[in-house]
Amino acid sequence: MPLSFAKKPSLVAYVTCGDPDLATTRDIILAAIRAGAAVIELGVPFSDPLADGPVIQRASERALRHHTSLEDVIALAREIRRQSDVGLIIFSYLNPLVRMGLGKFAAAAKEAGVDGVLATDLPVEEAEEYLAEMRKHGLATIFLAAPTSTDTRLKLIARASTGFVYVVSRTGVTGERQQMPQDAKSVVQRLRKYTKLPIAVGFGISTAEHTAAVSQYADAAVVGSAIVHTIERNPGKEAESVAKFINQLLAVGP
Amino acid sequence: MATASVAKSRNSKKPGRFGVYGGRYVPETLMAALEELERAYEKAKKDRKFQQRLQHLLRTYVGRPTPLTFAGRLTQKLGGAKIYLKREDLLHTGAHKINNCIGQALLVERMGKTRVIAETGAGQHGVATATVCALFGFECVVYMGTEDMRRQELNVFRMRLLGAEVRGVDSGSKTLKDAINEAMRDWVTNVRTTHYLLGSVLGAHPYPTMVRDFHKIIGQEAKAQLRKAEGKLPTAIIACVGGGSNSIGIFHEFIKDKKVQLIGVEAGGRGEKLGEHAARFRGGSPGVLQGTHSYVLQDDHGQIALTHSVSAGLDYPSIGPEHAWLHDINRAEYVPASDAEALAATSLLARTEGIIPALESAHAVAEAIKRAPKMRKSEILLVNVSGRGDKDIGIMRENLKLDGK
Repeated sequence: MPLSFAKKPSLVAYVTCGDPDLATTRDIILAAIRAGAAVIELGVPFSDPLADGPVIQRASERALRHHTSLEDVIALAREIRRQSDVGLIIFSYLNPLVRMGLGKFAAAAKEAGVDGVLATDLPVEEAEEYLAEMRKHGLATIFLAAPTSTDTRLKLIARASTGFVYVVSRTGVTGERQQMPQDAKSVVQRLRKYTKLPIAVGFGISTAEHTAAVSQYADAAVVGSAIVHTIERNPGKEAESVAKFINQLLAVGP
Repeated sequence: MATASVAKSRNSKKPGRFGVYGGRYVPETLMAALEELERAYEKAKKDRKFQQRLQHLLRTYVGRPTPLTFAGRLTQKLGGAKIYLKREDLLHTGAHKINNCIGQALLVERMGKTRVIAETGAGQHGVATATVCALFGFECVVYMGTEDMRRQELNVFRMRLLGAEVRGVDSGSKTLKDAINEAMRDWVTNVRTTHYLLGSVLGAHPYPTMVRDFHKIIGQEAKAQLRKAEGKLPTAIIACVGGGSNSIGIFHEFIKDKKVQLIGVEAGGRGEKLGEHAARFRGGSPGVLQGTHSYVLQDDHGQIALTHSVSAGLDYPSIGPEHAWLHDINRAEYVPASDAEALAATSLLARTEGIIPALESAHAVAEAIKRAPKMRKSEILLVNVSGRGDKDIGIMRENLKLDGK
């Protein structure tokens, strides 16, 4: 199913796969879908998550303690796809994808029912071969746009993106924040000049007020660390806690 | 194992590429800052005033040129090639790292930034960064793995004495790689005001090129000094390789002299198993880590491996992309030296020449000890002594059983 953000506010939910284990991740994702998440980002744990704050760093460490791999994440996607037509994105640092081989990865992900891919540390300039492989297999290529991106860069990002564009709300690593930064709105406005694709805003979004505010000017809100933190704080009842949290996030409409 | 690739095309002409290696693999937030740095550097490179200031500081503050020392007693003892030592250990702060720090500090000033962050392994780059920040009046934060803080305690104190804040990093292997992750996290957060003063020929473009340029003076001086002393080129040049800044610094001037063998010495650690060493060309494979595409020690799933070396400065799972390219085109050769060999080389150099090398540099000396006896007396070995061993006295005391003489 194509990535769609029909509802307002629309939610993109990120989970680190394998935290605390793959079976629980599956239950969390299914619960998140039932609670109304429009797109699921399947986070591939990486040993050196340099764009992530402490919450996702800890989740990656837990997932890697039992060696959760990219193959495992693809298998998990296949399992989810059998039960749901939700949008599925693989969210990874570049090295695990390169290690598997970009072509092999794209073929396997597509076959499993994945809709798109986002590689955190791959800017558009370096993406030539990546784009060719992902396109060949019909995977959407989602890129990040940042408050520091110049208009020239936003144009390149818009051109390379399919599916949607992910606007990083502020400079910094992933993690919850009390207040939504002002940066995000102006990046979205600048980016709109160059694309008709849906725009999702992420980094720091952790409350219903944040998601409601984002849905005023963007198509979706991405929530990551706040979900991962909920998982960390509720051992044994991860899925129900995440469902409850997502219900809260989506409760306040615009 | 399949050859992993992100860039198959031979785009070595592209700036920041060394064959297929190098590039710029960072989160989008940092791209504008890297572009700004590249522009500032390209402009400064051609600016005569910048170059004059750099040369002036290198001469009057850093202590260049460094001497080339003929190691007569070591040569005699090994009974083969004549050994010359390039004495980067005599520079201010005790290692070659200051060459790059002075250069980048001048750039920071040009870009109008006031806060500098850095990573450090052995602490030499941290000390050099803290030093230039004191000299230029910049705020300075240095990230250092807690394991490295323990084994390079003296350098931690030196940085603090120089007014820098040292932040311990407790994740992963608690060494250089983890310190770089944390520095990148700081940079991505404070990118508008902060310059990341990266200390090796690693990371995203323009760092590998820029840092190499600030160090290539090592090879330029050595070539002229050797010409004066011997009237010829060396048979081989040996330097240790962590990220690879001192080695590329002494190699670069000689790359076009095809007859000169270039030998990089990696940390062989305490064994050949993954996790026991930091020899990227023994067991590493192409991958992407911390901004650049190069050889990486990793597992089958692309997770970065832990490393070990007695010397904190070589204890890193990747290597500068230019080295990856020199390796693949067979222009340079890379060999390991073990912890034990480096320690033995330290005492031999101390007792024959009165020079206590840093444990990093001792890896280069160890390779010279293996190689010199097999060479003719008319041949010349040039060894880069990239730093002095004061910082390592604690580790040496733990590991070297002195015979009381």
